[in-house]
Amino acid sequence: MSNNSDSKKKNKKQSETTLEMVPVFIMGKKYDVPATLTIQKAFEYAGYQLVRGCGCRGGICGACGTVYRFPDSYRIEVGLACQTVVKPNMYISQIPFFPANKAVYDIEELEPTGSTVTALYPEIFKCVGCGTCTRSCPMDIDVMEYISRAIRGDIAGAAELSFDCVMCGLCTARCPSELVQYNIGILTRRLYGRHIAKRAKHLEDAVENVKQKKFDKGIKKLKKMDIDKLKAVYSARETEPQFGPEEWEPENKDYLITE
Amino acid sequence: MAYTPELRKLIKRVEKTRPARVERKKRGEEFPAQSLKEREDILKYHPDFKDEGRSEIRVGPSKGYKISNEIVELLHAKSRVSPDLLDLSNPDYEIDILIIGGGGAGTSAALMARENGAKVIIATKLRHGDANTMMAEGGIQAATKNRKDSPYYHYLDAMGGGHFTNVPELVETLVNDAPLALKWLESLGTMFSKFDDGRLKTMHGGGTSRRRMHYAGDITGAEIMRTIRDEARNHKDDIRVLEFSPAVELIVNEKGHCAGAILYNLETEEYIIVKAKATIIATGGSGRLHMQNFMTTNHYGATADGLIMAYRAGVSLNFLHTVQYHPTGAVFPEQAEGLLITEKFRGAGANIVNIDGEQFVYEREPRDVEASTIIRECKGVGKGVPIPAGKFGVWLDSPMIDILKGKGTIRKEFPGKWILFKRYDIDITKDPMLIYPTLHYQNGGLEINSKCETSLPGLYAGGEVSGGIHGENRLMGNSLLDVTVFGRIAGKAAAGYAKTKFRDGKLTLDHVTKYHKELEKEGVDVGGRVSPMLLPDYSNPEVREKQLTTKYLGTIR
Repeated sequence: MSNNSDSKKKNKKQSETTLEMVPVFIMGKKYDVPATLTIQKAFEYAGYQLVRGCGCRGGICGACGTVYRFPDSYRIEVGLACQTVVKPNMYISQIPFFPANKAVYDIEELEPTGSTVTALYPEIFKCVGCGTCTRSCPMDIDVMEYISRAIRGDIAGAAELSFDCVMCGLCTARCPSELVQYNIGILTRRLYGRHIAKRAKHLEDAVENVKQKKFDKGIKKLKKMDIDKLKAVYSARETEPQFGPEEWEPENKDYLITE
Repeated sequence: MAYTPELRKLIKRVEKTRPARVERKKRGEEFPAQSLKEREDILKYHPDFKDEGRSEIRVGPSKGYKISNEIVELLHAKSRVSPDLLDLSNPDYEIDILIIGGGGAGTSAALMARENGAKVIIATKLRHGDANTMMAEGGIQAATKNRKDSPYYHYLDAMGGGHFTNVPELVETLVNDAPLALKWLESLGTMFSKFDDGRLKTMHGGGTSRRRMHYAGDITGAEIMRTIRDEARNHKDDIRVLEFSPAVELIVNEKGHCAGAILYNLETEEYIIVKAKATIIATGGSGRLHMQNFMTTNHYGATADGLIMAYRAGVSLNFLHTVQYHPTGAVFPEQAEGLLITEKFRGAGANIVNIDGEQFVYEREPRDVEASTIIRECKGVGKGVPIPAGKFGVWLDSPMIDILKGKGTIRKEFPGKWILFKRYDIDITKDPMLIYPTLHYQNGGLEINSKCETSLPGLYAGGEVSGGIHGENRLMGNSLLDVTVFGRIAGKAAAGYAKTKFRDGKLTLDHVTKYHKELEKEGVDVGGRVSPMLLPDYSNPEVREKQLTTKYLGTIR
């Protein structure tokens, strides 16, 4: 037992001499962590088992919005804890939750206009154009610009510009006018997807074709096939070229709708 | 964390072969795809074929089945709650439907259950939407262009990808319901990538014979998840979400019907009793168990909880002997390790090449074949690229995409990945990425039928937690489809069940007592383990060693 822990200590020493360590301050408390770690892994290295403030660990779910600051700097910096590598002397605090209002609506009933957005989120007019939201976005989205597009009624523009939003809430946490930018963003995206983008006619047709059981016969045949025959059919199927024209059609049209 | 000088030198070799490879791609000349026989041979390099990675389950309905050690270990463990200590007579909540899991399947189920007149509670371990659905990048399959594609070919592709082991009824449901699922998402306002006339953009994925992968930039799953989550939040009177409250055990009443679950509030450490007329398990997968020590693309909560609970309640497992490794996970820089690099990169024209810049695999093989070929190139052939951490990888030659499809394509089609690598000082429009297979998907799971019913009355399952739809190997784009199609079915079916078939009775945990007895009878050494795991522990073991009072009683631990 003691041997084990001795050798562990030695290992620790060895690994620490090879690892470059940096001091970070987690909620004001100092820990030395390897310089290559992300903020998230630094918390864990320090001994935390995360419950809040950790989700996909891949930069897309928005669970780990984090603010930090360096000594002698007035600037508050932001990042996703799972994506941001530690730097010496960071003072770190996660913001795993921030209260935010969310308008309730029936997307079917809404018109894709600026007045829809301003009626659901009237506080949007309080925007003073300070740009803190844009500076607070870990996804480098021009948040203030999509908010002003939404006010102007440019729903498509707001939807497009806010598309990469991970809804981490850092913009909202820092907004002096108390806007909930990310909820406004998703409203514009849903308005765009539902009411502005043209509907896919071929999709509607495909649903109808299935409903009319137009493919049932073919699939029944496949279901009944013995495995060797199925393998043969599989191997013989035509493959659409990767970069061919959208209008490509296969030779065998038996199980397709050609009219 | 830009590339090291050694790696920069190796990138030169990739650049040298690139022009010729681009020309071949332009001419439509592909590296030859493997025959079914060749596939069989290459699969010997797949981690599934390592016998020491698996062991037999010794209790329960699938006794004798050999699956990953890491899952077996959780099955060979006791419940977190002692059945005798819990008073079930005063439930904290009574509801029509309890949905365990707040990802794509759970949320789709909630919306459909509500549409069919049910009141719903979603109990979720982390936040609503923290799930693998959120992380799915590439797309969602559906045969929506019937002049060149139909559910017939979708069926054929899915069966071939699964090595013809898939459960035919489930595949039939998947492919037939696919267009409807997509239309539902479109009508909710999901921003799919479209042409100006409204036609959906589609591309190939591994193992597809037609371009039927629909997408929303390179964050398809996130776009779907945040849209349906927003919709659920618009119905907060009918759909109540309990966050940070994972289920730890199902409740089975004296009539033998599933009647809810015990939840655990991760913050107050309370156990909460939810009585429900029907229960849906939508807890997702198990990548965070790190089978065979592989890195994973999965989100923090993917720890097989639903499998464990339902198994104790008597539901059989299938297809868990196979685990999906995504061929292309990032291996460099270290901070990005395990991160999913979507198959769409290959769909858009990027080659996979070895240390000498040579192609060695067709880029659109089914995932297990693609992954095995990459593992062989590194471990068998010895042409992997050595990485500082002592590991190996191969190159995914992303710059080809801008050359083939025009400058700016990567930034437009892969905005998420571009910005991510930019943070590490790597410009993927100019330099290739280093990748290696990474633990990605639980092919198998709980046995269900095409109505998402399990063998336990009143218990439904949908999404990654269930098994059979994908057989032994899932194709890209069939999981977002799976969660939407089967989530919707589960919600509707459970609502119908709650209305007409539910039989009330005294709540019990007798099945847990029985399971414990069986463990004892079979002489399984549980070693003090409890399950489900709920969350992995990545905290520093040296700190853990010093946490001397975690098991003491006192006012603070």
